[in-house]
Formats: sequence, C-alpha cells, structure tokens
Amino acid sequence: MDWQIVIDSLPRYAEPLWVTVQVTLGSAAVALFVAFGLGLMTSSKHLIVRTPARIVVEFFRGSSVIVQLFWFAYAMPQLLGFQFDYAIMVGIMALGLNYGSYSSEVVRAAIGAVPKGQWEAATALSLSPWTRTWRVVIPQAWPEMIPSLTSFAVMLLKASALVSMVSIIDLTAMANTIGRVPGNELLVQYGFLLVVYFILAWLIWSGMRLLERRAKRGIGIGARPSKKALADGHGVQASGGAM
Amino acid sequence: MPSPTSNEPIIRFDRVNKDFGDLRVLKELCFDIDPGERVTLIGPSGSGKTTILRLLMTLEHVTPVKHPDENGGVIWVEGEPYSHMKKGGKLHVANERYLRRRRQKVGMVFQQFNLFPNMRVLRNVTEAQVHTLRRSKDEAEAKARDLLELVGLSDKIDNYPNQLSGGQQQRVAIARALAMDPDILLLDEVTSALDPELVADVLAVLRDIAETTSITMLIVTHEMGFARDVSNRVMMFDQGVIVEEDTPDRIFSDPQEVRTQDFLRAVLAE
Repeated sequence: MDWQIVIDSLPRYAEPLWVTVQVTLGSAAVALFVAFGLGLMTSSKHLIVRTPARIVVEFFRGSSVIVQLFWFAYAMPQLLGFQFDYAIMVGIMALGLNYGSYSSEVVRAAIGAVPKGQWEAATALSLSPWTRTWRVVIPQAWPEMIPSLTSFAVMLLKASALVSMVSIIDLTAMANTIGRVPGNELLVQYGFLLVVYFILAWLIWSGMRLLERRAKRGIGIGARPSKKALADGHGVQASGGAM
Repeated sequence: MPSPTSNEPIIRFDRVNKDFGDLRVLKELCFDIDPGERVTLIGPSGSGKTTILRLLMTLEHVTPVKHPDENGGVIWVEGEPYSHMKKGGKLHVANERYLRRRRQKVGMVFQQFNLFPNMRVLRNVTEAQVHTLRRSKDEAEAKARDLLELVGLSDKIDNYPNQLSGGQQQRVAIARALAMDPDILLLDEVTSALDPELVADVLAVLRDIAETTSITMLIVTHEMGFARDVSNRVMMFDQGVIVEEDTPDRIFSDPQEVRTQDFLRAVLAE
C-alpha cells in the first residue's frame, strides 16, 4: 500500500472525522437517554407504563436502521413537513433511537439484577420511588451495565458509517469520494478507514474501562478504606460475604 | 388475647389472613401488642412469623376479606387502620400513598442486613433521614454519629459496607433503622446470617437498646437466650396460628402445649 496517498489526502479527512465523532457521541447521548427512559419504563410494575415502552422498544429493534435513516432523512420531511436543521441530526436521531432501544434491555436486566433486599430496605426506610431509583437502584445497576453498553457504543461507532447513505459526509463517505479519484487507490483509502475506526473503537473501550473502574469503586468494589481509617490504624476487615 | 390495659394497643391484628397462592400462611390471626412491649415470635419455619413482620413493614399485604368493617382481616397500628384506610367511613385496602406515610413509624432490621453497598457507612445512616424525614444534613449526620457510636462503629464511618464483617454490617443496619426514630422495630432473624463469633456483639447492642429505650419490638429469632433476656412475652406459632403465649420464663421452663415442648426441645438440642 502506498501510504503517501493517504498522507496527501489527510487534510480532506479532518472534517469527516469530526462528523463521525459527532454522530457517534451525539447518538450515544440520545441512546443513553432513551435506554434509561425505556429501561425504567419496561421495569415498571404498572402495565400502563410498561406496554407503550415495550411497543417502542420492539418497533425500533424490529425494523432496519437503514430504513429508519431513510425515514428520518426523506420520508419525514415529506409526510410531516419537518426537517432537522442539521443533516447530522438525522443520523443522531435514527441511530440514537435504534441503539437506545437495544440498550434499554441492558438497563432493564441490570435493574432486575439488583437484589430484592435492596428494594425492601428502601421500602423499610420509606424512601420515595424517585430516591429509591436514583440513589439506591441505579447506582448499583450502573456498573453492571457498562460492559454491555460498551459493546453497543462500539457497534454504534461502526454503524455511524451508515449515515454516508443519506448524503452525510462522514469518514466512510469521504473514503469513497477520495478513493474514486484516479490515482488515489480505493484499497488504500479503505485500509486507512479500517485503522481509523479501530483507533476510535479503542478510545471508546479505554474510556469505558475507566468509567467501569470508577463505578465499581462507587459501590465499594476495589475501594480503599478512607485515608482517615488508615491513619487510625484500621485496615480492611474480612468481607462479610453478603452484599 | 392479652389482658386489656389502660393503653390502646400499638399493634392489633384483627382476624388477619395471608395467603400465598393456595397456601394460607396466617389464619384469622388475632393479637394485640402494647406500646413498649417486646415480643418474640418463635415456631418452626413456615409457621408465619416472618410474614407477620413483613406485613407490618408493608413488604407483604394482607389477603383482603369482604366487608372488613364487620369481618376484620385488618391490621391496626397506633389505633388507626394500617393495612386498610378509612374512606367514607368504611375500610378499604390501603393504597401505596397511605402506606408510605404510615410505615414511617415502623423500622426493620433484616437477616441479610441489606445495607446500600453504593454508600459509605455514614450515608447509609443519613440517607433516609434526609430524604424521608427531611432533616438537614448536619442534623442527620450528628444523629448518625451518635448511633454509630452506640453500636460501636464510630471508626467505620467512612468505609463501604463490603469492607465490614457481617456483624459490623448488621450493627450499621440497626443504627440505620434507629435513625428514623421508629415507634416499632422489627427484627427478622438478625443473627441468622452471622458467623457464630459475631453474634454476641449484635445481641449486646440489641440488649442495650431494649434496656434504654421504650421502642416496641417484634423479634423473630432462634436465639432463645436472647429471647428470654429481652422480651416481655413469647408467642409460639405453628401453621399460621398462635399455639401458646406467655412470659419467657414460663414458656421456656414450663411450656404447656405439646407442639411448644417439641419445638423447644428441637431448637435447644441444636
């Protein structure tokens, strides 16, 4: 492979790289929001809350991302006369809703895995449903979610290449454009593309691993006793086993 | 039924039924508990003791009976309906909002401690004070520090629960329940999950609380020595009914019913 060709075309990749990053981060944020919303709703004991959430989840999981992209990009403006101000919003919304629906199952499973005793203790202390959810249940479920959410985030990054199909110039679209110019060798551009996506995925993995370690410390796993306890000469006691 | 006193009972079970599927765990159960009384519930497993505590903590709900005004099936606490609420002069099954208000005066310590693992010891004890009782953070922390000192864990304030032994965790759980100033404290086999050498510390703390406060206690335990020391009354359950009840001295030294005798012989032989 002739890497000189890539180096020569590097400046043209700067903006598409930024588009890919924006679409990935933007849709990840939407997906996280959607995942918690739908995940909490599908965990509800009330049928009236659970049912609509289930319908939304199954709809977005059951239909193709590409078709959803086309809907947001072309069908919605015609049907509703509504168009996003920025083209990348189409990609952010379609990917965010799709991956948010998938991830809501992760959120639901992690909430379901919080021991029953925790809910009972929250009831015994008369905590409101809000306090129970956000201060007791979610903080314990969160570290459990991170590994699965990481997989989804990496899949989301790779799926962001799909936005090139609705005329958004991301990395993939640019590689196609540059590669077709004679002398620029499509294979070289595609090879470069593989490497860039891999590096981006690696950045996501590393970031999420840090997050996971922090989250686990937040529930006392791998946490050191406070400085004060150490200064007083009290080390970590044998764990009581039950958590 | 216990002899009536001048005080209104703090807890009254009036013909309470509780079914789990086809199984009737409590059968038209009636009993009164006076304010400040400490009552131990004993009996073979499956006799309904823990269900009574869970009903009082509203973790379970009574099996509704038709026309509760005449037929009972109602739990009363502090003279007010508890499992039910008055609406238009009649008793209806209590809704969640009513229960959330009423259960604030009831506290519970669990067999498995159930401390919040995501909070350090101090916050385990302050969290509900701040969010449920709306105490200021300073007030809640002062109270928590006092109680953690009472249970002998002042030096563990900044640790996470999983850095503590089972006995220490259970003592934090006791402090957490007391921080809510309950009128009624429910102790559900609080030493059953502990290693034998850790039981004594937990029981010592509870003895101390029993001696120095007037909190009404309902205790489910297999520690007969503890039951004898702290309780005013022992109720023997079998298959959802009270077989026998008496002072601890009488029930442990001279049980009248065959089922009580058999049960005590089995437990004390362990």
